[in-house]
Amino acid sequence: MSENQEYMTALTIRLEDELFAVEASRVREILDLVPITEVPSARAFVGGLINVRGRVVPLADLRVMFGMERPEPDEDTRIVVMEVDIDGEPTIAGILADKVHDVTDIESASIEEAPKVGMRWRPEFVKGIGKRNGGFIIIPDMERIFETPGGRSTSVAAPEERAAS
Amino acid sequence: MNISDPTETFRQEARELLDQLEAGLLDLEQDPSNDDLINSTFRALHTIKGSGAMFGFTAVAEFVHEFETAFDRVRKGQSKANTALIGVALDAKDHIHLLIENPDAPIDGGTEILVQLRAIVDGAAVDGHGEAAPAVVAAPAPAPVVVEAPKPADSGAKRWRLTFYLPSDALIYGTNPELLIKELAGIGPISVLALSDRIPDLDIIDPEVSYLGWQVDIEVADDPTAAIDDVFLFLRDNMELTLAPLGGEAAVAVIEAPAPVVDVAVAAPSDDAMPEAPFVPEPVVAKAAPAKKAKAAEKAEADKPAATSLRVPAERLDELMDRVGELVIAQARLSQIANSSSDTALKTIAEELERLSSGLRDTTMGIRMVPIGTIFSRFRRLVHDLSGELGKQIEFITTGEETELDKTVIERLADPLVHLIRNSVDHGLESAEKRIAAGKDPKGTVRLSAVYSGAEVAISVIDDGAGLNHERIRAKAEENGLISADAKLTDQELNHLIFAPGFSTAKEVTALSGRGVGMDVVKRTIDGLRGTIDVTTTPGKGSVFTLRLPLTLAIIDGMLIRVGDGRYTIPLAAVEECVELPAGVEANAKGRNFLDIRGSLVPYLRLREVFGLKGQGDEHEKVVIVSSGEGRVGLVVDQIIGNNQTVIKQLSKLHSGIKSFSGATILGDGTVALILDTAHLVASGQSYVERNLGRAA
Repeated sequence: MSENQEYMTALTIRLEDELFAVEASRVREILDLVPITEVPSARAFVGGLINVRGRVVPLADLRVMFGMERPEPDEDTRIVVMEVDIDGEPTIAGILADKVHDVTDIESASIEEAPKVGMRWRPEFVKGIGKRNGGFIIIPDMERIFETPGGRSTSVAAPEERAAS
Repeated sequence: MNISDPTETFRQEARELLDQLEAGLLDLEQDPSNDDLINSTFRALHTIKGSGAMFGFTAVAEFVHEFETAFDRVRKGQSKANTALIGVALDAKDHIHLLIENPDAPIDGGTEILVQLRAIVDGAAVDGHGEAAPAVVAAPAPAPVVVEAPKPADSGAKRWRLTFYLPSDALIYGTNPELLIKELAGIGPISVLALSDRIPDLDIIDPEVSYLGWQVDIEVADDPTAAIDDVFLFLRDNMELTLAPLGGEAAVAVIEAPAPVVDVAVAAPSDDAMPEAPFVPEPVVAKAAPAKKAKAAEKAEADKPAATSLRVPAERLDELMDRVGELVIAQARLSQIANSSSDTALKTIAEELERLSSGLRDTTMGIRMVPIGTIFSRFRRLVHDLSGELGKQIEFITTGEETELDKTVIERLADPLVHLIRNSVDHGLESAEKRIAAGKDPKGTVRLSAVYSGAEVAISVIDDGAGLNHERIRAKAEENGLISADAKLTDQELNHLIFAPGFSTAKEVTALSGRGVGMDVVKRTIDGLRGTIDVTTTPGKGSVFTLRLPLTLAIIDGMLIRVGDGRYTIPLAAVEECVELPAGVEANAKGRNFLDIRGSLVPYLRLREVFGLKGQGDEHEKVVIVSSGEGRVGLVVDQIIGNNQTVIKQLSKLHSGIKSFSGATILGDGTVALILDTAHLVASGQSYVERNLGRAA
């Protein structure tokens, strides 16, 4: 969503009751829920692996990073398979979405920086906030979110906790 | 790296040729009068020169030209391939290598090498007919040939008549005859006559075919054969070319690819001169050389179909392997569905597909397989150099060069083997005096062998030296704090101490070894390849280092197990046995988790705990005993499901930090299963043992 572009074409997804927008060009495909293999002693944020057409792909749950509740998947739950940069290395990863909405153009002009205070989530993971139809859309900073915690592997990381499975 | 970059292509080819050259030189050292070896060495040089010049590596071309000139004397039998010559020739080969890798950097030393080379070649000139004779016999001509014509090397300019017809498709491939003739003009003053005798009638003429021939008279003092060869280097195989000194004598050589030998025979005027042969060795040899060359060219031609090969970037093979992996997985799913169905047509096609995909898998894996001989040849050079540096006589024997291993494995194997061979030569083999004193052949033997054993390849480095000195290893390990003074160790454990980081028993640090790095690196690399390393040693008789490596890194046999709700794969090669966890073992263990496996204590890990899973295990838990090197550990699992073909997928960076898993695979039902890293689990089992034994002590 660089300044000189008029629109950011984004896929909007719902996590809990918030709308999030991810760059549509990075999205590879959207899957119905598939069996998830839990990775013991991995961070809760990337606690699973899925099979995407014969590839083993890590599955990330952004809700962990935003400190949200993690209810059981329902019929609206989808997996958005997208390209993310992990420490500068392009990697295919899946992210869980409570619901996938649509592809939309968000006017660049309407995107504002995340306020440092008054937000429910950690501001460093939010790139900006866009407006649409009177509501807000959160644009997460995927690079920051997927950064590995200094090469350390597990639980000692971020503010997350292992979710009770 | 862009494969289509012509300079890079040249480099790759040149590297291969240099390897060939090196192998040829080393063979020649063993068998100095083998004409085939001399010729193949010469050919390698010649090709490097030709393509080097073509791709703008002028320094390479100039250097190789000089090298070639010197070596030509060997080829003509005027000089012998002795050890000194081979030594300098190997230096020259290294120099060429440098020139090719760094075409722009100024590299010194070339001139000295050439001076040495020339000195040796001139000094080793053959004195007398005894040596010259074999070279002649090797020529395909019916008998030694002497032409009583004036020697070509007679002083003063001489006229030669060259007649040539280009291959009929030469124009299509972009050959420009005008440029060729200009190049010929570079040899000496020429006069050119076009030969139009083969041009057909206009109605059947094909404008793209080269019909013209040329007759070129060249004035040049020396025999221009080599220079002319260079001009036609890339056309030679299919063209007609005759070269004869002007003045009415018989042709010196007629080289025509389809029947070169016959033409040479024709060129030999008579056998009458035979009795004189011993007294005029030089012309004999000079005449024989072109004939041999013709034979060599013919041989190259004959070799061609056999050596048909494609150069494919390794990434494409990896990609192919991935696709095949996906197919194998999809096929497993289909088989699963077919098995639970009563549709016979579906079953039939599922079986058919299973057969086809396993064939495809084997073929694809076969493509990645490379004979291990490709790296063995490097070690011959290593031993040759070590032998010189250490003043030890060494016989180096390799067997099993044809044994094939996955390309990636072979590449990563080179360094560990260098260390092992150095170790055997430097530490293993004694000096000649000591060997004689011990009643052994003063010449030490180092043997490098590769054999298949099951799904593994065993590579052994065997020396007939003094063997490992257990007292010294022990003393050193205590000194370095690797073991405590009263530690009780078996011989095998002592042997393995040499792989500990920071261990070195060499009393003096030599340039080769003794710096304490090396053996631990060997072990790490082999572990990384999912291989093992074993040492056996007999005092006074020598040591054997054996590396066992899986045939491939891409697909393995796995044992599928279940812990809680998760299914995991254990590499089957690591599994020793499966036993039931005896009931009540926990209660008797007094906090220590050991199993009594036929009298020896094996620590065990509860995977449930390792993975941090909640809940109780199944009622009848099983223990899978896995081993890595000497260590063993039992893994407690809920259920053993069975064996499966495991296509290994790497974990992403998000999960690569988790040490318990070496990768993941996709099961028949499409779910992902993690592959346990047995080496890591065994290591943590071992440290568990040490902690507990320490506590007990």
